[in-house]
Amino acid sequence: MSTSFHIVVCAGIVPDPLQTLEPITGPNGPGLKNEMVLPAVLDSWAASALYEAANLVAKNPGSRLWLVSLGPKAKLQQVMMTIAQKVPFELVPVDGPGGGFTDARAAAAVLADAIKAIPTLDKANLLLFGGWESATRGAGVTLQLIGERLGIMDQFQGVDQIELRADGSFEVLERVEGGKHQVSVCAGTPAVLGWATGSLPEPRHNPQIGMANMRTLMPALQKARPAELHSNGLHYASVSLPKQQRTTRVVKDLPAEDIAAELAVWIGAE
Amino acid sequence: MESILVLAHVDESGSTLTRNSLEAVVAGKELAAKLGAPLTVGIIAVDAATAAATVVSAAARILAVSGEAFAQARYSTDSAACEALCRAAQATLVLGPSSSRFARVAAGVAHRLGGAIDTHITAIASDGSVQATRWFYRQRVEAMLIRDQRPWFLLLESGTCAPYAAEAAASAEQVPVERIAVELPPARTTVTGFRVPAKDAQTIRPDANLLFVAGAGWTKKQPDGQVHGGEAAQLILGFLRASGASLGSSKSLVDQGGDGQPVLPFLTHMNQIGQTGATPRHAKGLSTCCHGEEPHVVGWRFIGERRAISLDPNCGWTRGKADVVYIADAFKVISKLNELLAAHVK
Repeated sequence: MSTSFHIVVCAGIVPDPLQTLEPITGPNGPGLKNEMVLPAVLDSWAASALYEAANLVAKNPGSRLWLVSLGPKAKLQQVMMTIAQKVPFELVPVDGPGGGFTDARAAAAVLADAIKAIPTLDKANLLLFGGWESATRGAGVTLQLIGERLGIMDQFQGVDQIELRADGSFEVLERVEGGKHQVSVCAGTPAVLGWATGSLPEPRHNPQIGMANMRTLMPALQKARPAELHSNGLHYASVSLPKQQRTTRVVKDLPAEDIAAELAVWIGAE
Repeated sequence: MESILVLAHVDESGSTLTRNSLEAVVAGKELAAKLGAPLTVGIIAVDAATAAATVVSAAARILAVSGEAFAQARYSTDSAACEALCRAAQATLVLGPSSSRFARVAAGVAHRLGGAIDTHITAIASDGSVQATRWFYRQRVEAMLIRDQRPWFLLLESGTCAPYAAEAAASAEQVPVERIAVELPPARTTVTGFRVPAKDAQTIRPDANLLFVAGAGWTKKQPDGQVHGGEAAQLILGFLRASGASLGSSKSLVDQGGDGQPVLPFLTHMNQIGQTGATPRHAKGLSTCCHGEEPHVVGWRFIGERRAISLDPNCGWTRGKADVVYIADAFKVISKLNELLAAHVK
């Protein structure tokens, strides 16, 4: 028996990991230097969630997939040009700040409102996906807060696998300490799944998918709701790059035997 | 005036507080002393009395929820338990460990109480106001933050404090534990167990003294023009067995499996360190055949002493990040090192 799901993936956009980041403090609090011109990508763990969601939708006819993303409209458009080539989805953009120094509670409120406003969303069949942590704030709390706002009491974080069962229940593998997975069985939707890496590779670019997505994506971007994020009493006393430059001893031309002996002592074996 | 609640949970035994929880107890004690604030410890366990007996003199008040429902770490029951403890304690600051169990529920609980939450806290300072330090952008930017909102939940990274020296357990009857009733929602989720790699295949060891980081160079062509993936796997596994080290990997090496390139069969995404992986905490780290920012900057952020073996004398990422860089062939060095470690064991 196949089940139809309504899957909402919450995914932010983040600076390309290869970029050098430099914090600055402006009138609205801390941010990144040249933030608006830094190349951006879809948050990596949220991207895993998107690919897993698309896989579930493909396997369960009648299912639908929405991508809800909060960020500056121009940056969203830039990132969606790439992501739209990979999997089919309907975009729900929210035009607002997307950096790491915003308050998670404010971001969750805005995203939850955007999800509630999706007209055809069936909350009984809802799977709320996202990354278990972002590459910006990295707190791992936004998805939980959205889940609470939507009244979802079954939540899983660090998910690497979901396996559907014929009775509508599903098995979830969550990362826990010590390189282990906790195995849980949930009776069914609605549920929140914060994804870790998952098990699917990044889909290849598919121009046909891109063309289909573009029909709805550009109008959605044009109509993106503006959102203001409140600080909720959050202040930053300092924001800085780590000062941990070490004095590196470079050892050249030492035989492997001698290096091994030095390392053995260092490890504590001798 | 602030008041502090430390949330703690037990390990798989059901009655022993986790090391991270004991670290949070110490953080709570220190903060309470600085602020002159009352300290409460709240425990979630199947057998809370036994767990409470080991921290009985740490706090003025010990609250507990206990029962079979809390043998399983799941959102609905754990969030209800934490919520009940927080409502009973009426604390303005709620501290807890950044464990998978509490990371799953703490934000939800904060929401129910109208509070704020910050996770992965690496330090708490008190200078009139409470200031929490954490990292942003995957350990690349460090910030100290202050919040006006209360209750303020702070989940502490492991290693932030020394663990509380557990006391010799008093008899459970003598421990003044206030038992808090919890109204549990219908449980739709059942934890059926854990999936653990075979004992000799478990390469992630959070308690290890040493982190061994394998980079993509292990599966590249060697001076003879051939790839020696099998030999690399044997050397790495041999080193892990002999040294008891935990294994980390760069993203590029883990991703190679998906690209059809040679792979080390025991590596998974869970070994990955760096921006899209873990940021583990170990006293020492040895990187091998790594080139790039991931292992040396992001993945090593919380590693104490760092050494690297690299063939590239100009690798800019090791300079200033590692304490020692050996310009050498890792195949040869690890082979010799394994011999020395094996001889030491004998």
